[in-house]
Formats: sequence, C-alpha cells, structure tokens
Amino acid sequence: MSAPPLLEARALTKHFPVRRGILGRQAGLVRAVDSISFTIDAGRTLGLVGESGCGKTTTSRLILHVATPTSGSIRFEGAPLVELDRDGLRRYRRSVQAVFQDPYASLDPRMRVGAIVGEPLVINERPETATLRKRVLELLELVGLPARAAELFPHEFSGGQRQRIAIARALALSPKLVVLDEPVSALDVSIRAQILNLLRGLQRRLGVSFLFIAHDLAAVAHMSDTIAVMYLGKIVELGAAADVALRPKHPYTQALFSAALPLDPGARREEIILSGEIPSPLDPPPGCRFHTRCPVVMERCRRDEPPLAPAEGRLVACHLYPGSAT
Amino acid sequence: MSAPVIAVEDLRTHIVTRWGTIKAVDGVSFAVGEGETLGLVGESGSGKSMTCLSVLRLVPRPAARIVGGRVRLDGEDLLQKSAREMQRIRGKRVAMILQDPMSSLNPVFSVGMQIREPLISYHGLAGRALRDRAVELLGSVGISSPAARLRAFPHQLSGGMRQRVVGAMAISGPPRLLIADEPTTSLDLTIQAQYLRLLKDLQTRHRLAMIFVTHNLGIVAKMCDRVAVMYAGRIVEAGPVEALFRTPRHPYTRALLESVPRLSESTDWLTAIEGQPPDLAALPPGCAFAPRCPRVMERCRAEEPPEFTPTAGRSSRCWLEAPA
Repeated sequence: MSAPPLLEARALTKHFPVRRGILGRQAGLVRAVDSISFTIDAGRTLGLVGESGCGKTTTSRLILHVATPTSGSIRFEGAPLVELDRDGLRRYRRSVQAVFQDPYASLDPRMRVGAIVGEPLVINERPETATLRKRVLELLELVGLPARAAELFPHEFSGGQRQRIAIARALALSPKLVVLDEPVSALDVSIRAQILNLLRGLQRRLGVSFLFIAHDLAAVAHMSDTIAVMYLGKIVELGAAADVALRPKHPYTQALFSAALPLDPGARREEIILSGEIPSPLDPPPGCRFHTRCPVVMERCRRDEPPLAPAEGRLVACHLYPGSAT
Repeated sequence: MSAPVIAVEDLRTHIVTRWGTIKAVDGVSFAVGEGETLGLVGESGSGKSMTCLSVLRLVPRPAARIVGGRVRLDGEDLLQKSAREMQRIRGKRVAMILQDPMSSLNPVFSVGMQIREPLISYHGLAGRALRDRAVELLGSVGISSPAARLRAFPHQLSGGMRQRVVGAMAISGPPRLLIADEPTTSLDLTIQAQYLRLLKDLQTRHRLAMIFVTHNLGIVAKMCDRVAVMYAGRIVEAGPVEALFRTPRHPYTRALLESVPRLSESTDWLTAIEGQPPDLAALPPGCAFAPRCPRVMERCRAEEPPEFTPTAGRSSRCWLEAPA
C-alpha cells in the first residue's frame, strides 16, 4: 500500500487498576483493551462489534483521546499521537469527532440548535457572526434540517432529528474521522434507515472515515467496509465486512452472527447458542479468553492464547485455523 | 381451534393530558390460544405496551383509563373484576416480564425471598415444600446451583441471570398467559439467544399463551406464530408470521420490513420511511400513516380505513384493500 492509513492502532492497550480499601491498594487489573491492532483508511468505515465489557467503548475513548493508552500507540496520518505537541493534539482533536447513542443526553437542552452546531466553530475558529451563521445553515442543510431549526431548542425535535443535530455538530470542523458510538440504537426502527442513509451519503460526499460501534450486527455489516469483532478486550476476528458477517470463522463470531436473527421466518439456519455468561474482564480466563464458552474448545485453548493471524483472507485468533499456528 | 386463552375485543385506553385526550389504545382486538405466541410490533408510542398494561389493568391512573372493550381470560372478562380479584389473577394466571429486570426485582430482598413470595401467597406453601419449590423454579430457568443462588441479592447477578429470576417468578403460577414486554432488549446478543430459547422451553412445558412485545422483527420471525403490527394505537395489520413477512399488505408493514438492513443482502441504500412517528395528540384525520405513506390516496387523508380481511386469518387497515 502506498498512502499510510488515516488511523493505525498498534498493540493498543488500556488497563484500569481496581483499588480497594482506604489505602487504595491495587486489588486487580481490568484489561479493558488488551493489545489490539487495526487500521482505518481514509473514506472508509471500520465496524466494531462485541458484547458489553468487550472494550468497544474504551477503544473509542482511546481514539478520541479522552483516555490515554497504558501501552501501544495510535498513529494518525502516520504520526504517533504521543509525539504530538499541544498544537498537534488540538489539530488531532479537531480531526476526530464523535456522535453518541442518546441524542437526548448529548445536546444541551438550554442551547439553541444553531449555537449547538456552531459551538465547535466558535471555540476553534472564532469566525465572524455572518460566517458562523452561514456555516451553521450549511451544516443543517447537510444533515437535512430546515434553516429555521437553528432558532429552536433540542426538545422541539424528535429523536431522529436530534441525532441529525448531533451529526451536524460532529461535522462542523470538517473532521477526517467520526466515531459513531451506537448512533441509531436509541431511535425508532422506522427512523434508523433515515440516519444510516444520511451517514452513508455524508461519507460519499465528504470522504470522512467512520468508526462505527453498534450491537445491531446487520446495521454494522451494512455500514462497514471492515469489521473487527471484540471479546473481553481482544480482537478475535478482523476482515472485510462481507467475509466476517456472512462467512465468520471464529467460533465466537459464528455464535454472535447466528444470534442476529434474520427477518425470514422460514429461514432454517444452524443455530449456535453459547452456554454460560461473559466472564469478568477483571479475571479473564487463561489461554483463549473465549474457551469457557466455546462449543469447539480444544485442550490447548485452555493453555495457549491464540494470536490474531491470517486465515482465509482475514485475521482470526483461534487455534482451529492452521494459519494461526506459530 | 379451541377457545382462546386470552381474547381482547375492541379495547380502548385513553390518556388525559394537558394537550388533550390521547387514544393510546384505540379499538384493539386479538386472541391468543394455548401454546401460541402473538408478536406485538410497533414503534415507541404505538400503544403496544399500553395494550399489555390494559390487559393486566395496570395502566397508570388517574391519567390513563380503560374506556371500553373486553379482555376475556378463559372466557372471564377481566375488565369486570374487582381490584381484589385482579390482584389474585396478576402473577398467578397472567404473568409479565418487563424489559429491565431491575424494575421487577426489589434490590433489598434476596432472590429467594422474592421467589417465595408468590408461592406463599398464591399457593400457601411453607417450610420444606416452599424451599424445594423455590429451588426447583430457579433450576428450571437454567440457573446453576439454585439452592445457593436463593441467598443472592439482585445486584450480585448479571443482567441475564436477573432476567432468568424474573422468568422463574413469572412461571411460578404457572400462568395461562405470559406477557413479555421487550424481555431481551437489555441483554447482550448471545445472552438474548439463551433467553429466547428458555422462553420457548417454558412455553412448551406449560402450554402458555404468550404475547411478545418487541420492535425487533428478527425476534418476531423466530418466536411468534402470529403477529400484529401497531401504529398510533391501532393494529394496522395482523396475520400468521410467515405470510405477513413474505407478503406484507399494509404499506407501513412493508416499509418497516424494507427499512431494516439484512445480513444476507448488501444494498447501498436502505428504503427509509420518510417523516416522523405520529404525534398522538395531533393525529391527522383519516389514516394515521397517510402523511408518511408512499401509496397514499385522496381517500386516506379524509376517511379512516376500517379493518379489511383480504384472506382468512389476515387483516389490514388500509384503503388499498377496499373492493373496487
């Protein structure tokens, strides 16, 4: 490949110490994100899926630079984040924006929509009033809201429209990457398609990259170019969206996508129901972290942790695939 | 078909607000037989939860009132029962599982106490028999070492386990009708798969009639025999699940099915439903879906469509069904 990826995470790790007692002695370590590596290319979407506690949100916080990694690195346009000075970091934060799940919580109820959408511009660029107003109206139009929306307050909008406001705000500084953390989960089914179409259209027009985090697997598969599947802080499978979604290789990915129920009542598919619960990330199982629930567990899975290695056109961390043998 | 366990006829529940009277449930009828599952689908505000609360006569008073209709459980009209009689029906003959298990469980009592409560008051169990039955119930919802778990408090259990405890309490009757209102929405996918299988098992074992409320069409396809699609307080389409998914008749149902991304097909654009969900306080005259309907006609904006039955077992409230 010629151009470096927009964003590259290498062996990214975030551990949270758990402290107990008045002396704050360290009682344990939550390995929220444990040495994961991935890239996001310009104008592309990486989908991140996994269940609660798998490290999706911590990963997005690391990328948004609101949490610092315990070890490992993030490179943005080839430059490692740790080497950026204050100005460099400020530029980075402008280039990476976020849209969150709940548009009722993420918009200040006492600010007019115009002020909400314009705030990033006011803080970063101090534009003149006329310029600001023009930019705000452009942004509102971009997300399909009428110009008069600028004068209204968030409570005057429905959930789907609020999410449009949040998207307009995220795009105000013309970012290169937008982290979408469950952007449609809080919306009604009939509104989700509107927002997904809007996001896809914006990507085509603006060439922005997305990190798309969601638990609706069909939506992730629809939106993403590549998909990373996480389990207990590790990436267990990473590959082209169609490969991972339709021909999953890792037993966990297979179970996960089998649990995503198809719309066809007549569809007879192999159903994989995992036993047991997701183990605590405070005390992940030794060897392969999935071995306690894996339907095809082998002896060595309890002992050796499988590396993420190429197998059948994608990366899989599982002893089942000879490619991963070291 | 044998007599249905639950038969709801022309149920109407209104909510009085500052902005006027909202017809949250507006003439809803359905029936569910033994061992059968009815899926109740719709968006927020479509009236699906209100319908369920009306069946149990648990609508939030004084704002909401059931103003008409009949709810027959094994032939007896629940709307005619006294408050005392209803109390003995709820939890025993009709049970409900809600979305968030913590809203059904009391955080300050152990799981054991909460499971024993209905066994004491409805079945008069005590001593060894009470303990054994509680252990048996917990075991039957797939909780390992149930005897030890009786001492646990809800906060010591995971979300999936809590929902299993709620399930154990729900089947203690055992009920004739189980209402599950988004029971897996708060659960992770692989845990959801476990819980759906458990519900199916419980249903088969006790021949339960089940009303399954959800907005997840995939769950409906998997769990339900019949499905009723609600919009603005009414059932706009109903029918057997396979037929309804294969050939949806109402434009809303069709749009809903088309707007959901599918794993098996890759399309560039989803078919979105334009506009916003309806404001129940200001419904348009005529069909409530008309402002968003891709096939709207002149008539739809003026006259409300009645329920048409195009084929046996199916219904659709749409003027497209009107005989020419």
